[in-house]
Amino acid sequence: MTNDILIKVEELTRYYGVQTGSRPAVDNINFEVRRGEVLGFLGPNGAGKSTTMRMITGNLSPSHGRITINGIDILDQPKKAKADIGFLPELPPLYRELTVDEYLQFCARLNRISRDKQTNAIGTAKERCGLSDVGKRLIANLSKGYQQRVGIAQAIIHSPAVVVLDEPTVGLDPIQIREIRHLIRELSNEHSVILSTHILPEVQATCDRVQIINQGRLVLSDTISGLIQRMQTSSLRLRTKNRTDNNILLAIEGVVDVSVIDENCVQIKHKPEINPAAAIAKITVEQGWELLELTPDRRSLEEIFVDITTAEQTADEQVEKTGNKKTEAAA
Amino acid sequence: MIFTLAARELRSMFLSPMAWVILAVISGLCAYFFLLYIELYLQLQPRLAAAPNAPGITDVIVVPLFSTTATVLLLVTPLLTMRLISEERRSQTLSLLMSAPISMTEIILGKFLGVFAFVLLMLVPVAVMPLSLLAGGEIDMGLWASGLLGQVLLLASFCSIGLYVSTLTAQPTVAAVATFGLLLLLWVLNLAGSTSNEGSGVLNYLSLLSHYQPLLKGIFSSTDIIYYLLLISSCLVLSVRRLDADRLQH
Repeated sequence: MTNDILIKVEELTRYYGVQTGSRPAVDNINFEVRRGEVLGFLGPNGAGKSTTMRMITGNLSPSHGRITINGIDILDQPKKAKADIGFLPELPPLYRELTVDEYLQFCARLNRISRDKQTNAIGTAKERCGLSDVGKRLIANLSKGYQQRVGIAQAIIHSPAVVVLDEPTVGLDPIQIREIRHLIRELSNEHSVILSTHILPEVQATCDRVQIINQGRLVLSDTISGLIQRMQTSSLRLRTKNRTDNNILLAIEGVVDVSVIDENCVQIKHKPEINPAAAIAKITVEQGWELLELTPDRRSLEEIFVDITTAEQTADEQVEKTGNKKTEAAA
Repeated sequence: MIFTLAARELRSMFLSPMAWVILAVISGLCAYFFLLYIELYLQLQPRLAAAPNAPGITDVIVVPLFSTTATVLLLVTPLLTMRLISEERRSQTLSLLMSAPISMTEIILGKFLGVFAFVLLMLVPVAVMPLSLLAGGEIDMGLWASGLLGQVLLLASFCSIGLYVSTLTAQPTVAAVATFGLLLLLWVLNLAGSTSNEGSGVLNYLSLLSHYQPLLKGIFSSTDIIYYLLLISSCLVLSVRRLDADRLQH
């Protein structure tokens, strides 16, 4: 992974509609993507994921802000910047009346791949997306999964510096999803990839960095390892064959609280700076409780996601409420 | 790049039965009209031979044929232009073109050339039919050429108007109906011009028909040519602007 920045987004804002009072669909977003990085874009429906992606790829122009692709401003030099982008929108942009080969050839020409390199480029794109056997078939007759692959092949045919994929695994079966994830990881060797999804494990499986967007604002931007850290909480789960004595457990250094989940299982909360796992294991053996399971409790990505997105909303509501009270008081 | 887009457009047209049906219907209809005018000429021939300075074979057969064809094509062109942008918008394939390293002008010119090439293809049988008369007589090649030029310019304007209307909507049918209405209005605008005196010159000038008729008479006036070229280029510029506006705030 090198340090050159391929995508730089500064103060990106986009309004829909003409009323100046309305809330922007994308509100002052800043981020960067480096070469070889896979950035996951997460968010509930209507959060502004697709709008952001369409702006990065030049399909929409921002109300404010700047987007630079590989050092080229997309508003100043759209042609040059777009040559470095491959985009798969939510609905793959396919001409259904063409065969896969014809379609990819058109895409190759559209992206100004020189005539002698076209066959090669089409072959490579087909191979990478597992389309080698369906080249002669009409796109209209392909299954949804294959159509999605044709869409991805279209996005990578000119080996762009930046690949933007909007929900690339929608409508695929589990095996295809694994293949596509593998493909995305492979792409990240030479390209930067931005992908949006609302499937959380997908982010864990493919991305280096995660950004959660909610109501047009960036609410979280973290690396995967940072995210995993957020998932760890300061509690352990202990399962034993015999009943434990909670007072003995409470006496261990660092343990704050012990709560009984069922007859053979307790949840032990501890101070975040001290991990009492080793001590607990030792005492369990000494007391003859017979250790069955000792695991750190983890919050799932779902829980974090829900926490972050709902916390934002309640904060907003509170602001609104206090605002209302103030106006009431003023009245 | 423009030609890549045009070739794709043309190819897609021929992949649907629509293009073939339209070609067949146009050729069939025009052949029928052609035979009708020949029949008319044969009936008139004895009287024409007697009259001094009588209209020739070109005036009686070729000019009416071209004139009728133009009306038929006015009905058909909206069906060809309706899908140009609106279909891409509806099936969301427009983003493929939008994120490719090409300008809006190239997209519009590519689309225009694609449909224009098809329309020219449609015109080939109509243009060649009168030439068969050379086997039994002589035709005025100058008049034939100027009539043909008129048709080409007229059809190019039809295409550019249709293309612009197609950029306005995501519904091909809406585009077809609107284009048809607009074309017909521009076609018959000179009717209003001929009745009233006030402003009739303007209406007459704006009419598609009043610039086509001189060419059918063999009058090659630069005013008419410039009218068509202006109409075509303004429609193309408007289309580019409209497509560009898709990305802007609205």
